[in-house]
Amino acid sequence: MFGFMHGGGESAADGGSPALSAIEMLPIPQRLYLPLRQHAGYPSVPCVTVGQKVGKGEVIGRADVWGSVPLHAPTSGTVVAVTACPTGHPTGLTQLAVVIEPDGAERWSEAVQGMVDPLNAAPSLLREQIRAAGIVGLGDECFPSHLKLTPPRGKRVDLLLINGAECEPGLSVHERLMVERANEILSGIQIIMRIVSAKQCFIGIEQGKSAAIQAMTQAAWGVAGVRVQGVPAMRPHGVRQQLVAALTGKNLSLGARLLDRRLLVHNVSTACSIHDAVWRGRPLLSRVLTVAGGGIARPANLEALIGTPLRHLIDHCGGLQSGVDQLFLGGPLLGQAVNTQDVPVLKSSTAVLSFLPAAGVAKPQQPCIRCGRCVEACPMGLVPAEMARRVRKGQLMRVAELQLHDCTECGFCGFVCPSHIPLLDTFRYAKWVLQAEKWGRQPPSVGGGHALSERDGTAGEPAVVAPPAVVMAEAVAVREEVTVGSASGKGARAVRAAHAARAAKAAKASRDQAK
Amino acid sequence: MSQTNQLMKSSPHVHDGDSVTNVMEAVIWALMPATAMAVMIFGWTALLVIVITTLSCLVTEHLFLKLRQRPSAIADRSAALTGILLALTLPPHAPWWMCVAGGVFAILVGKQVYGGLGYNMFNPALIARVFLLISFPAQMTAWPPVTPLFSEQSYSLGDSIAIVMTGKVGAPELADAVSSATPLGQYRTETGLGKTVQEALGGGYGGYDEVRAAGGLIGGSLGETVRCWGRWGGGYLLRKKVITWHIPVSMLAGCLVPATIFWTYDPAHFPDPTFHLLTGGLIIGAFFMATDMVTSPITSKGQIIFGLGCGLLTYLIRTWSGYPEGVSFAVVIMNAVVPLIDQYTRPRVYGHMA
Repeated sequence: MFGFMHGGGESAADGGSPALSAIEMLPIPQRLYLPLRQHAGYPSVPCVTVGQKVGKGEVIGRADVWGSVPLHAPTSGTVVAVTACPTGHPTGLTQLAVVIEPDGAERWSEAVQGMVDPLNAAPSLLREQIRAAGIVGLGDECFPSHLKLTPPRGKRVDLLLINGAECEPGLSVHERLMVERANEILSGIQIIMRIVSAKQCFIGIEQGKSAAIQAMTQAAWGVAGVRVQGVPAMRPHGVRQQLVAALTGKNLSLGARLLDRRLLVHNVSTACSIHDAVWRGRPLLSRVLTVAGGGIARPANLEALIGTPLRHLIDHCGGLQSGVDQLFLGGPLLGQAVNTQDVPVLKSSTAVLSFLPAAGVAKPQQPCIRCGRCVEACPMGLVPAEMARRVRKGQLMRVAELQLHDCTECGFCGFVCPSHIPLLDTFRYAKWVLQAEKWGRQPPSVGGGHALSERDGTAGEPAVVAPPAVVMAEAVAVREEVTVGSASGKGARAVRAAHAARAAKAAKASRDQAK
Repeated sequence: MSQTNQLMKSSPHVHDGDSVTNVMEAVIWALMPATAMAVMIFGWTALLVIVITTLSCLVTEHLFLKLRQRPSAIADRSAALTGILLALTLPPHAPWWMCVAGGVFAILVGKQVYGGLGYNMFNPALIARVFLLISFPAQMTAWPPVTPLFSEQSYSLGDSIAIVMTGKVGAPELADAVSSATPLGQYRTETGLGKTVQEALGGGYGGYDEVRAAGGLIGGSLGETVRCWGRWGGGYLLRKKVITWHIPVSMLAGCLVPATIFWTYDPAHFPDPTFHLLTGGLIIGAFFMATDMVTSPITSKGQIIFGLGCGLLTYLIRTWSGYPEGVSFAVVIMNAVVPLIDQYTRPRVYGHMA
């Protein structure tokens, strides 16, 4: 599954690849939990009352501002609550959600209407249709698609790039979509090209995925300006810099704007849902995600309604293997650990993963031996080992010299590090402290790299517990301080002091625990 | 199961499962055929040298970490690896105190004073060899002829212990054999006296021909004499992706390309490249010494520069310096340049100038 990674080899965490399993429709669960913040930007506003009957596709969360998108009922049923529900975040924080009890009738709302002749419609109408359907980029960002399809004044798009690579290793969502829904994807691409008046489109698909390439080539036959192009399956093309380089030869930094180069990137699943929204009027009600990992009895690609609790997916896949107690929402490198199966599937959920305890993560941290595997693995061309060394020494300014801010936080360096150094957490920490300094604040007293450097040259402690906990505690400390600090007066100072004391205590406790 | 494990992990959630210990173990396994051949070729003394050196490395590592109030790290196998590597650079009849001094120096001065594994600047085994070579030149260049195990020339176990522990050779009739020179030493001494390469290595010397050299059946330090086996181990490391091709290939090229040029220019005074390849420690140096990750550059481009430097310096030292063999000096000198190489060979970050 991870064979394309440099020096990575086969992963111990590889638990049965679902790459070839067709997309299954997941049965409707007993309850759907629909958090109102599922996209980047202002959350939608609930516009239903408890007890109200809703039809499939009916708006349950209004978008009051242009930058927001509405939320729809994924199936017909009754609103039973508008309440706080857990979300897929490690903190276990809750957020406001509409809870729907499906009636099983799948009765469509009358408001759902497709467009008659979309390929000749005005771009503004198409954008409005896409926005009304609640379409967001179905990769990791969940940026509202209509915004991405609105180039600022004076900018234009010449070339549309369609990303057919997976967001993360081990997933096969895009591959299956391309094999099974190639025509819908092509139709969505034509709509996107119409909206931004792009003349050309390259569809980048990893060379090994011949079935997907074949299906897409067939669908693209005779479509003007659209070309399917194989890209080397060496690095995560979910990182758009690689995709752009592979398809156009242009070399972009992380901060560079694609629009400045007259480029636009969308992925295949977004194109597919744009087709559904425009031709059939269907809002974004479900998404395809991979359920995999050694802890899952029967890995599969499922099309699940938004709001389906993870438990329902896992039960459908035969439940968790005994002895498994870890669950992740998202891919193996960037996903987040979740602490309950009550978390719902969101528009951003690309995968549900569970690994056997032997996945090889929780090994003791060892000193860096400069083997260079992280350098080889880094898709951005950074030198993670040297960056981490400078962070440990507290030379944060010198870390920035090494283009720390071009780190996409893909986690590949940590995946291949034989010393099990929490590289990604180290960089997040460094970015955080640098940001705090930019705000004119001192880094936290326990910070400056000392909390991490205490561990130099030691071995035998679990790598995953200590530094992240310390970093988290410090991050909380500074964040709270900054938030509270914006208030003024004597009361605010007292609160600030209390916060700082509590945070310092938390940091100390987690370090003690680490020892 | 309603609640999953409360111990939260941050991403990445998967790992390829490798560890530093695995890497060190792989290198040790790769050294095993060469080590076994060294024992076969030189007899029990070789085994004693290897065991004493390795043990003194392990004990030093353990005691020093205890002194620093750190958890003992001998379980990571790096000290054992240093010990074996150092032993392979020693002459087959190295006295016990030299083995101990080398082992202690390698770990203490070569590694722990810098902060332990990962922080040392020089390859610990080679810096210890350089220390011994400078401090005890006589003992470090006493090259006995090959005495294969179970052959007529071989020493008994008792004789071997006497050789290593007391420095005395048990069988007096063999004593005069102790002073034979290595082919590299012979070449340097005799060409220095105005002879041609052919005269120096042929005739009275008789200790060198390609086949014997390739099989390791000529005098020299333990690891120098096990060429084909060292290469075999190096191949294993390359296949296991513990090391990459960059350093070994560029180091061999760095030595053999100038050797070819000078040999073509004047074959009477410069030996052919196979002589350089098959004598001395070039092969074991290229696959096992220069590839030490801690003391070599981190990028592929830097590794190629480093390897070329190691090879070229080896050739320069062998040909024009006061020492007949230069692999350890070459690698140690290049170790010192590694931070500079790293500085100038950083990969290009996307969208940034190099």
